[in-house]
Amino acid sequence: MTTKTREPAIRVRAITKSYKDLHVLRGVDFDVAAGSIFALLGSNGAGKTTLVRILSTLLKANTGTATVHGFDVSSAPGDVRKSISLTGQFAAVDEVLTGRENLVLVAKLRHLKNPDAIADDMLARFSLTDAGNRRAATYSGGMRRRLDIAMSLVGNPPVVFLDEPTTGLDPQARTEVWQTVKQLAKDGTTILLTTQYLDEAEQLADRIAVLHKGTIIQNGTLAELKQLLPSAKVEYVEKQPTLEEVFLALVGDTSDTADEAAMSAGEESR
Amino acid sequence: MTAHVLSDTGTLTGRSLRHILRSPDTIITTAVTPVALMLLFVYVLGGAINTGSDESYINYMLPGILLITIASGIAYTAYRLFLDMRGGIFERFQSMPIPRPSVLWAHVLTSLVANLASIVIVTGVALIMGFRTGASVADWLAVAGILILFTLALTWIAVIAGLSAKTVDGASAFSYPLIFLPFISSAFVPTDSMPGPVAWFAENQPVTSIVNTLRALFAQQPVGNDIWIALAWCAGILVAAYAAATAIYRKKIS
Repeated sequence: MTTKTREPAIRVRAITKSYKDLHVLRGVDFDVAAGSIFALLGSNGAGKTTLVRILSTLLKANTGTATVHGFDVSSAPGDVRKSISLTGQFAAVDEVLTGRENLVLVAKLRHLKNPDAIADDMLARFSLTDAGNRRAATYSGGMRRRLDIAMSLVGNPPVVFLDEPTTGLDPQARTEVWQTVKQLAKDGTTILLTTQYLDEAEQLADRIAVLHKGTIIQNGTLAELKQLLPSAKVEYVEKQPTLEEVFLALVGDTSDTADEAAMSAGEESR
Repeated sequence: MTAHVLSDTGTLTGRSLRHILRSPDTIITTAVTPVALMLLFVYVLGGAINTGSDESYINYMLPGILLITIASGIAYTAYRLFLDMRGGIFERFQSMPIPRPSVLWAHVLTSLVANLASIVIVTGVALIMGFRTGASVADWLAVAGILILFTLALTWIAVIAGLSAKTVDGASAFSYPLIFLPFISSAFVPTDSMPGPVAWFAENQPVTSIVNTLRALFAQQPVGNDIWIALAWCAGILVAAYAAATAIYRKKIS
């Protein structure tokens, strides 16, 4: 899967998408290098989700082409689906099933051997072992998001789409998601994530593209983009982590979250 | 990919059957209304109804009650499909290499199993209340076959509702007219007791032919032409609803 390292893992050319008179995407171009983290930054309604849905074969573009892992999204959607996973804005877990059953379900649908062993491994990797036999409906927002991402990673797809993975999460859960994303990229997975948080893009991305009103208005590394930002913005970005550090210092270190989740799990089941 | 149609449909059906096992109330509530209607008609209204036959009233009305059971049961199919679509799990399935028809067929097969379970409960209550039949194994198989065909036909209507609904209420509201349809048929009173236009409607709508067929099978009477009319209605509704549902589905996922 890493043999295509020289080729971009995602290639987007002149993609447009309109709903009647509403032009959501007006010609989007970019490449994502294999094994890198690419952040698509934009405010609500900029077209981020539409673009992710096109790349993950849920939606067809009006014009333009896109290839993912070497496969064209419109002519070879089946091959694209084998190479990707999508984590949407709303945690796509089955609330009636337990965390474990959710993971086994995905492993079976991907026709992997030993679905049970894979589920156990994923539960351990995402600190959900203790909660594994509880219904997902009883999970906290952070746990649900971790399960959601774990389900996406079953079968190790080479390209991962994360659509606003941390929207609505508290700071600790956010940090956990960030660590997962960094680890994935270290292991060679290509990641395209969308976000409306500047600090998230700053923390994670090798390359950042700003999507505004349906087109990419800037695309570069953090250092390149920073030169474009007015100084006032820089001050704002610097303040944000400080508050977070204070918050995290007050409520305890992030490494405790797994234990806390397990503790609250015990309380809920009582 | 097509090689996995059967195994993926099986996996997904197992998933939604597990939903039903986790909330068996969906089967019980499906059975409660028909059982209540049965009690009402047999012990309150039935004494005043002249069916013009020697059959006990519960024998007369059970076929209609079974159709009402199915009509209220399929509302849950629309509801489950709607929740899948709203919750995001539907999109997860669509972005995975799963054959597209498997997602719908899993819901359809689950609907079939759930409705058969409700029908067994309602028939059990009817037996306690005095329903008797001398139907042979072949007759019972014919009854089961017609009920399965009717369930499939109505389930595909439920799929249309589940795919196109905007709200939870909308997803199940479509079933109310279907539940009501047996009342304007030969299910509870003979159609010739109704005024002209109503009788005409009752005699020419699908429920009457299905009810008459089931009643004849239970009473070991000849089914006559009714069985062919009943099968034609079921097959017609099934084909039309299936075509509409898959067209909506295809539009939704492309």
